[in-house]
Amino acid sequence: MKTLEELKVVRESMEGEVALRTHGNASSKYERHVLVCGGTGCTSSGSPKIIAKLKEELAANGLSDKVQIVKTGCFGLCERGPIMIVYPEDSFYSRVNVDEIPRIVKEHLVDGNPVKEFLYEETVVGDEIKALDDTAFYKKQHRVALRNCGVIDPENINEYIGRDGYRALGKVLTEMKPEDVIQTVLDSGLRGRGGGGFPTGMKWKLARNIVPDADIKYVCCNADEGDPGAFMDRSVLEGDPHVVLEAMTIAGYAIGATHGYIYVRAEYPIAVERLNIAIKQAREAGMLGEDIFGTGFSFDIDLRLGAGAFVCGEETALMTSIEGNRGEPRPRPPFPAEKGLFQKPTVLNNVETYANIPQIILNGAEWFASMGTEKSKGTKVFALGGKIKNTGLVEIPMGTTLREVIEEIGGGIPNGKKFKAAQTGGPSGGCIPAEHFDIPIDYDNLISIGSMMGSGGLIVMDEDNCMVDIAKFFLEFTVDESCGKCTPCRIGTKRMWEILDKITKGKGTLEDLDKLEELAYHVKSNSLCGLGQTAPNPVLSTLKCFKDEYIAHVVDKKCPAGVCKDLLSFEIIKDNCFGCGMCARQCPASAITVTDYTAPGKKKPAYSIDKDKCVKCGACIATCKFKAIIKK
Amino acid sequence: MNSAKSTVPFKGTPEQEAQLIAVIDEKKDDQGSLMPILQKAQEIYGYLPIEVQKIISDRTGIPLEKIYGVVTFYAQFSLYPKGEYTISVCLGTACYVKGSGDIYDKLQEKLGIAGGECTADGKFSLEACRCIGACGLAPVLTVNEDVYGRLTVDDVDKILAKYA
Repeated sequence: MKTLEELKVVRESMEGEVALRTHGNASSKYERHVLVCGGTGCTSSGSPKIIAKLKEELAANGLSDKVQIVKTGCFGLCERGPIMIVYPEDSFYSRVNVDEIPRIVKEHLVDGNPVKEFLYEETVVGDEIKALDDTAFYKKQHRVALRNCGVIDPENINEYIGRDGYRALGKVLTEMKPEDVIQTVLDSGLRGRGGGGFPTGMKWKLARNIVPDADIKYVCCNADEGDPGAFMDRSVLEGDPHVVLEAMTIAGYAIGATHGYIYVRAEYPIAVERLNIAIKQAREAGMLGEDIFGTGFSFDIDLRLGAGAFVCGEETALMTSIEGNRGEPRPRPPFPAEKGLFQKPTVLNNVETYANIPQIILNGAEWFASMGTEKSKGTKVFALGGKIKNTGLVEIPMGTTLREVIEEIGGGIPNGKKFKAAQTGGPSGGCIPAEHFDIPIDYDNLISIGSMMGSGGLIVMDEDNCMVDIAKFFLEFTVDESCGKCTPCRIGTKRMWEILDKITKGKGTLEDLDKLEELAYHVKSNSLCGLGQTAPNPVLSTLKCFKDEYIAHVVDKKCPAGVCKDLLSFEIIKDNCFGCGMCARQCPASAITVTDYTAPGKKKPAYSIDKDKCVKCGACIATCKFKAIIKK
Repeated sequence: MNSAKSTVPFKGTPEQEAQLIAVIDEKKDDQGSLMPILQKAQEIYGYLPIEVQKIISDRTGIPLEKIYGVVTFYAQFSLYPKGEYTISVCLGTACYVKGSGDIYDKLQEKLGIAGGECTADGKFSLEACRCIGACGLAPVLTVNEDVYGRLTVDDVDKILAKYA
């Protein structure tokens, strides 16, 4: 495929196929499309077996030519995985079991009646089946970066082309000057989705202009998504890898680069495989390589795998790592736009940022800028996890409130527990308490309440999570991942962790809290790179919003959430004890013995726990049917 | 890197060495090729003992101390061989708030090893990992390629029994 005309032919031949999955009434060669999620979450819960069984059953029923099976990327609602959707009916089968497949094939695909009892229960209202977009999880979402995830087969470039793929690249190369491309990205207001929120167009402009006579420039993609509990970028790479290739090529044209690198975590095997397939297909189709669309512009992309170092998500460390060194950050300036990879001017954006670019080019800067808040335009993808009913991937317009995300889209907290905090920004971010529930989510608001956007991890915590323990958990992470190059981060985070450890063991003092805060500010202001500068955030934000929990640990020697084992004690309420002795049999430390007290109305004497022998494992509480044992 | 597994003698074969040399020759002229070479080398040998690092150093001209520096920097590279089954418990935030820490403790107790170590019979090695991205299944652990999700502490025995 060498010309725009040829691209158009492919697009028109595919449009009907993929449109069946979005409009319902389109001209497809097949009667039905069955989409099965092939993302990491659903693959882990068995979607490959479902696809195998589907093939077998379709063949047995003579439907192989009439029903197309499509292995897609993530649909978003990972909690209900593995997920399978049948079009044109838009029937959403959730937590699909292999044993259910024969019935679905027989009743739905042969007879045309969706099997209601296997559908996602929220879509079934009486006799009606609700459209997926009307369910609480999807209603308020707006998919821009994820528009192809869960719609196309990521291993088939033609499906991407059928969804306007590579059309933006064609437009850029044939109708726009590099300066126009940069201006469009600037005008859209797009800011870096990896955490910092630097205006993307500004980055491109600097890289184009700062070293006018540079012989070589590079375009890099940061796909080293390291925040624990965040999987936005992975889902884009798994569900729509071509969008990243197309956007990087556009960036290459804009800044005058001919080569790009994608630095991706080795822990994402499915994403790596799909990227490799996508690069190969794009080269074969002439979308990468020499003389793209016959315009004389050449661009190619290589993949580089990370090797498990969180600090490599920092831009200078990432480039040092691509160069084949220990991934230690470099001081800035010089900024990458001036001296980046191999000392050449470099643009580095993250996956989600790139995923917005082709849509901005096709729909215009104004379209993008019409979404979001004054200073944060467009949408943001969040990986919703932790104590929330609908774990999964959500994309919302900037300015949506935390309440809408957690209570409506997320479905609230399971098991009737009370919300305590939402954590954004991973180890660099902070915890947001319930009082900020109605704040519109954007870059500046999150910073003003002591957290940050980060790359988009959003972990919900309930009353059973101890905030001191959470702060310690994040510090343990940064201690582990600190590269050791600069002292404030290497030693400061370790000392902070030690103070937190002391507090969780009931040995902390009020003075420790002051010391912890002072040290946090030192580490924040003196560290070399973003990792160290933001590492104290989880501590500072919990100290600010959950000071009473710290005080409880330090002064009362209690952990209100019942997490810090050293501060717990277990007790049997004798008047509730039936004397069955189950707890005593379960106790690994033989700490529970029978007493000579029999409660009124009970037949056997009650038991009690010897606190000196108790190892606080909690086995007794789990066994007691009468809720007679409490921890406090 | 704390346990004394470096006492396991190096058992590289000539076939492995030939494979490694082919990889080095293919990549060594690329800019920044050390990481991809090390990643392939670890695929070939399963780990990166000093003997393997020496081959790479001799063939590429990159000083051994630099190679050692890179190998010890990244968590993915191992100086010691791993067990037949590697159990990774996800300690990412989403899994942690749902109790994966307790599962990790239980495994250490059951296997009698600490994280990063390998059982004496070479069967299991245990490690903590940071988010494999299956947060919908939290808490999660993997045994080699197999993923186990929505776990409780009581599932640990059943999982270990499968590989015993």
